[in-house]
Amino acid sequence: MIESSLSQMGAALRAKKISSVELTQLYLDRIAQQNPQLNAYITVRPEASIAQARAADARIAAGTAEALTGIPFGQKDIFCAKDWLTTCGSKMLHNFVSPYDAHVISQFNNAGAVNLGKTNMDEFAMGSSNETSHYGIVKNPWDKARVPGGSSGGTASAIAARLCAAATGTDTGGSIRQPASLCGISGLKPTYGVVSRYGMIAFASSLDQAGPMGRNAEDLALMLNTMAGFDERDSTSLQRNKEDYAREINKQVGADKPLHGLRIGIPKEFFAEGLDIDVEHAVQAAIAEYQKLGATLVNISLPNTRLSIPVYYVLAPAEASSNLSRFDGVRYGYRAPEYSDLTDMYQKSRAQGFGAEVKRRIMIGTYVLSHGYYDAYYLQAQKIRRLIAQDFVEAYKHCDVIMGPTSPSTAFKLGEKGDDPVQMYLSDIYTIAVNLAGLPGMSIPCGFGANNMPVGLQIIGNYFDEARMLNVAHQYQLATDWHSRAPQGI
Amino acid sequence: MTWEIVIGLEVHTQLSTNTKIFSGASTAFGAEPNTQADAVSLALPGVLPVLNKGAVERAIKFGLATGSHIAAHSVFARKNYFYPDLPKGYQISQMDLPVVGRGSLTILVEPLSGNAKPYEKTVRITRAHLEEDAGKSVHGAAQGMTGVDLNRAGTPLLEIVSEPDMCSAAEAVAYAKALHTLVRWIGICDGNMQEGSFRCDVNVSVRKPGAPLGTRREIKNLNSFKFMQQAIDYEVQWQIDTIENGGKVQQATILFNPDTGETRAMRSKEDAHDYRYFPDPDLLPLEISPEWIEQVRATLPELPHTKQARYVNELGLSAYDASMLTSSREMADFFETVLAAVPNDAKMCANWIMGEVNAQLNRDGLDMSQSPITAQQLGGILKRIADNTISNSGAKEVFRTMWTEGGDADAIIEAKGLKQVSDSGAIEAIVDSVMAANAEKVAEYRSGKDKLFGFFVGAAMKASQGKANPAQLNEVLKQKLAG
Repeated sequence: MIESSLSQMGAALRAKKISSVELTQLYLDRIAQQNPQLNAYITVRPEASIAQARAADARIAAGTAEALTGIPFGQKDIFCAKDWLTTCGSKMLHNFVSPYDAHVISQFNNAGAVNLGKTNMDEFAMGSSNETSHYGIVKNPWDKARVPGGSSGGTASAIAARLCAAATGTDTGGSIRQPASLCGISGLKPTYGVVSRYGMIAFASSLDQAGPMGRNAEDLALMLNTMAGFDERDSTSLQRNKEDYAREINKQVGADKPLHGLRIGIPKEFFAEGLDIDVEHAVQAAIAEYQKLGATLVNISLPNTRLSIPVYYVLAPAEASSNLSRFDGVRYGYRAPEYSDLTDMYQKSRAQGFGAEVKRRIMIGTYVLSHGYYDAYYLQAQKIRRLIAQDFVEAYKHCDVIMGPTSPSTAFKLGEKGDDPVQMYLSDIYTIAVNLAGLPGMSIPCGFGANNMPVGLQIIGNYFDEARMLNVAHQYQLATDWHSRAPQGI
Repeated sequence: MTWEIVIGLEVHTQLSTNTKIFSGASTAFGAEPNTQADAVSLALPGVLPVLNKGAVERAIKFGLATGSHIAAHSVFARKNYFYPDLPKGYQISQMDLPVVGRGSLTILVEPLSGNAKPYEKTVRITRAHLEEDAGKSVHGAAQGMTGVDLNRAGTPLLEIVSEPDMCSAAEAVAYAKALHTLVRWIGICDGNMQEGSFRCDVNVSVRKPGAPLGTRREIKNLNSFKFMQQAIDYEVQWQIDTIENGGKVQQATILFNPDTGETRAMRSKEDAHDYRYFPDPDLLPLEISPEWIEQVRATLPELPHTKQARYVNELGLSAYDASMLTSSREMADFFETVLAAVPNDAKMCANWIMGEVNAQLNRDGLDMSQSPITAQQLGGILKRIADNTISNSGAKEVFRTMWTEGGDADAIIEAKGLKQVSDSGAIEAIVDSVMAANAEKVAEYRSGKDKLFGFFVGAAMKASQGKANPAQLNEVLKQKLAG
């Protein structure tokens, strides 16, 4: 059952071949057994999960089940979920039990899905290795000496180890795609504004976007159908007609050339210095496979993407420095046990409650917004951001999707980049431009590199082109089996 | 006068929406602490702001009422600083692109001193922007602790900034009062100063005539016009004394203490915050279409200065009367309702409202909205003066009765027998009998003693028990005495 797709699981549940309680218990047992090694979950509440499973079984019995009813999902600990400890990976929220549900959580609840637990993550989603979590590092199931990527590392690790059917992630600069790549799973960051940010703890508001992570493109489409949609509580949520993201997934132009006519843009900047050779080989092989499926290649250039890391490390910290101001020890969350006055309370609570990477970014953000520096950093970065987006607009005049590596390397060793933030920031070199432009991007497994670690292929779509991207990914997954490989010993 | 005073105002008006500017929580005043603090007001992790359109409509109304530019595109920005009553650690406000741009307000200044005459002055408005209010720190709520009440956090404010166009405390107070009238008039703010719905920050500097602007100090949070005047007077004198004694005024934010009548510095420019303003990424830019502006314009009442001009030009009232009758929307509505009963007697309406009605209201400590006599009731009385049913003195009696006992004018006239005698036959009979009873005086009158006319009027009126129509009585007397 744990190797079944979500639609197969849903069908089995509705056919009463297995109950949601049984399926949920199966995953809870796996979590109990494996989570101590992987640390993919921060919080598990078996009783709450089983109660949801019982309700789902009742719904199935009543014949009102939907596609995801009864299926157990992990939820990234960035989403507020009523009565659940919601830490965002930080000591700052070590005691924060949310009184309300994020939009994404409500959507899953309304669909009758089961919340298996809150997955581990880099603190406030700031990191690319899941080593900044206050609740401990997460390990990659393919090699427990290696990182799962981040910031949705707990989600990626849990899915790869089959500790949930699928799970949610969020992506500010690559936080869905990079861990998906490093853990050999699939993940999709939708167009900015497709999934409501209400109840998703903000890192960088103009870049943050929630999305589905799972074992294959079909699962992602089903999840996105549940997660997406206009929400009046998020002013940046887009008012669009409800769409079925799976509507094109089985589209085949011809039996042997299902993707005939598809123009794939290959940006030269994505295959330049800095890309590990094993990753390059796997990605090139995947692109060759796409040619076999009927696609044609178009050489394109995204000249300004080289600036995306500096631009991102101005804008994201600027927004974060302000977004994280609410964590002040006054109303909820961590407060220092001893302080002499108000200022001291603020300083000690924030100094003790935040980890080093979060503090580094708050300081960068505070600096770039400061009087006298704003124009040179923040405003300048906003201008370049528009140029980066313009590069994509230009590119999509000549191609339908863009492909390249998700990450320059496979999963690196725990601690390997821990004391070099710039090296760590470079792991997101291929993903960040997509967030800056607000485009949809995904990562799907496309082979293995040195040390037998998974490699991810990044597929970048035009705005609102998720249905096409899912079709492109699914057709590849019909022709290959990288996505169904599982780590040994799970 | 060797010093020139330069004053500019920043006025925070609390907009009269039922819910907060970025959430659905109630804005009602006086609730138990934190009962109106929803997830957004508390700044729980993950919550987001959603702009209240009603607040924007009120800003548009203000822009239209002051002939100001209304921005098609304006931007909300975050003003970052830490304070316990500021739950997000930033205030959502507008910085570079405010919703309302340049406009003006014409005011009538009544000088505070001596017998100087009132004069008109136009004060330029620099801008007005939307922002959210902070909560309140409650000191002494618990032993040695400070509480935080977030009921007010997120209440919509329109901050109205003027140019430094005012040159005296009288002008500043006149401007603030005119603004206070206007925001209530157009229904965007309840104007309740005790509850903090209308708060003024006053920037004051002094200079020698012709010299560049002096360094200003900002008096914060004045919530009464009296305090404003006292604070400005004190501050101006303090600045002049400081400079004349060889000192320099330092830019500072100051507070006025009503108990001592003094101002004192709260913080200097050196410890001013760096607010790190930047556009709020949680909110889209505010786009206002010409259609939206027109929709709002259609809901705008006739404005005070338009009404004043109409009262003078069309109704023939004096400028003073027109200004008094438009001192509030209630007053103008009252006047116009009374006028509807007697459309050709505007002056009489004005005299009665500003005379009898105001005097009684003052005596009973009531305001217009609490008047026991409605405008329709007063209109009923004046109608009977106009059609000669009652005399002016009879009308006053009706008014006094109505004030205490209520009722309809006609019923009171009937019950009290106040109806004038306007039947010419009856009046002639009375005159005849008075003349017959005073034949000697008639002869004296006819021989040239004109002064006796008053005697005949009095006697005839008495004989009619005060009910004769005075004009008609005069007419008949004149004719009959002439012989």
